[in-house]
Amino acid sequence: MAHEDVKSPYYLPPGMPAPKPAPDGLDTEFWDAARRHELLVQRCRRCDAFQFGPEWICHRCHGEDLGWHRVSGRGRIYSWERVWHPAHPALKDAYPYIVVLVELPDADNVRMIGNLLGDPMRDIAFDAPVEAVFEDHDEGFTLVQWKLTG
Amino acid sequence: MSTDEFTVKDKVAIVGIGETKYYKRGQAPVSEFRLACEAIKKAADDAGIAVTDIDGFASYSNERNDASRVAAALGLPALRYSNMFWGGGGGGGSGAVGNAAAALVAGYAKYVCVFRALAQGQFVRFGQAPAVRALSGPAAYTMPYGMSVPAHWVALRTRRFMYEHNITQDALAAVSLAGYHHAQFNPRAVMYGRPLTREQYDKSRWIVEPFHLYDCCMENDGAAAVILTTADRARDLRNKPAYVMAAAQGSGYRQGASVENAPDYASSNFKSLAPRLFAMAGITPRDVDVAQIYEHFSGAVILSAVEHGLCTADEVMDFFTFENITWPNGKLPINTSGGNLAECYMHGLELVNEAVRQVRGTSTCQVKNAEISLVVSGPMVSPVSDLILHG
Ligand SMILES: [Zn+2]
Repeated sequence: MAHEDVKSPYYLPPGMPAPKPAPDGLDTEFWDAARRHELLVQRCRRCDAFQFGPEWICHRCHGEDLGWHRVSGRGRIYSWERVWHPAHPALKDAYPYIVVLVELPDADNVRMIGNLLGDPMRDIAFDAPVEAVFEDHDEGFTLVQWKLTG
Repeated sequence: MSTDEFTVKDKVAIVGIGETKYYKRGQAPVSEFRLACEAIKKAADDAGIAVTDIDGFASYSNERNDASRVAAALGLPALRYSNMFWGGGGGGGSGAVGNAAAALVAGYAKYVCVFRALAQGQFVRFGQAPAVRALSGPAAYTMPYGMSVPAHWVALRTRRFMYEHNITQDALAAVSLAGYHHAQFNPRAVMYGRPLTREQYDKSRWIVEPFHLYDCCMENDGAAAVILTTADRARDLRNKPAYVMAAAQGSGYRQGASVENAPDYASSNFKSLAPRLFAMAGITPRDVDVAQIYEHFSGAVILSAVEHGLCTADEVMDFFTFENITWPNGKLPINTSGGNLAECYMHGLELVNEAVRQVRGTSTCQVKNAEISLVVSGPMVSPVSDLILHG
């Protein structure tokens, strides 16, 4: 609806909350890498399990030596929704918009949330292939968005 | 040690229920704390005990009205048990009852009150995202994308389930229309006198697909309370006891994984609880006469019903029809007070009160000869809980 009118270079209008690395240092690498347009997923150095969201311990082997693994950025739409009610004040003239839950086959199908770029009224298929798009914000952070491929 | 010692079955009963008048959000004329005290006093009156007989409290979802403050305000001679069920949403509605039952069986207290008070007009609304500039932790991966309130993640889970099992909007509409239908018989209900047609449902605005406005719970002010005691005490009190046949709580494997990473995603999170619940009760899902299933959003009722064995995923479109889930003729009436959608969103504790009414025989949509009454609390959060009562 409002996407045509909004001059913002971002999918959602300015004023949405910005992501900030956790104060305990858990995910600084993730957000720094997004700034470089690289998508990282946490991976256990002991048993190779992927996990997301990040945590201080491996859920599979309880190892505490967790690293970050760069993935291709290719995924598929596990679920999606068209949001019409602006639950945040910044969204009051910016709906509908699409939220996708994307699973990453090259990282044990861990999932990430993002927006699907493009017309929010288009038909969207479950399991459709998507690719990460890095949305740089002037405030110094980068969001990971998604676009349909193939 | 015999297995009997690991159960609360038939050892405890709900003996009193109470609630304030239920208001639309922001319309309660008194403070949330006063609402809490009023519901507790009414539950004690209903039980036929003095308020000062209460010696324990249990609640959930970080209830704001602290047990110590309530005990001081009501002048309770002794507070012997105070307990908070971890987690958000309505996941602890049955769990708080279960924790009260456990305390009574253990002998910690004699009369435990479970209560929940909400004045969303006086505090933050559940349906609104916080207007903060920056977020860290799990919220940093969702809120910047406009994925911020319960409707959003319940919709994602529901949609995946609908896709996997060919569920259509008709099943969701049946849940919504059933709640509004039952509310028309219930003078306590906020939507009493405001019937809903399928046409109105279809025309109502989307909140987030697949949820129309009428698929979503209301925002309300009010309070509800129940009082539990041991079976031997219950027999001598004013009303017919609603015995706790079974109570279960918990969460499936990594259901609490952040950023929507629960491995079994298209789930209400009852797959591990429901078998324990029915095993403790010693009954099968077929024995359930009436069910109160938490509906923050209609779709969650469908997944909860499937995971409790009330129907299979393949049977959803036949089971979830208005005719089948409504009083007086439905095979399994669901949410017979109007529930969160149309009676009052008292975070699902109003569903426990209604389950008690059904086994007492005093519901405004009384299921004939109802003996087994199921409550399902807070699907799609972690932890969740459920409860079976019998007369
Ligand atoms: Zn590991």
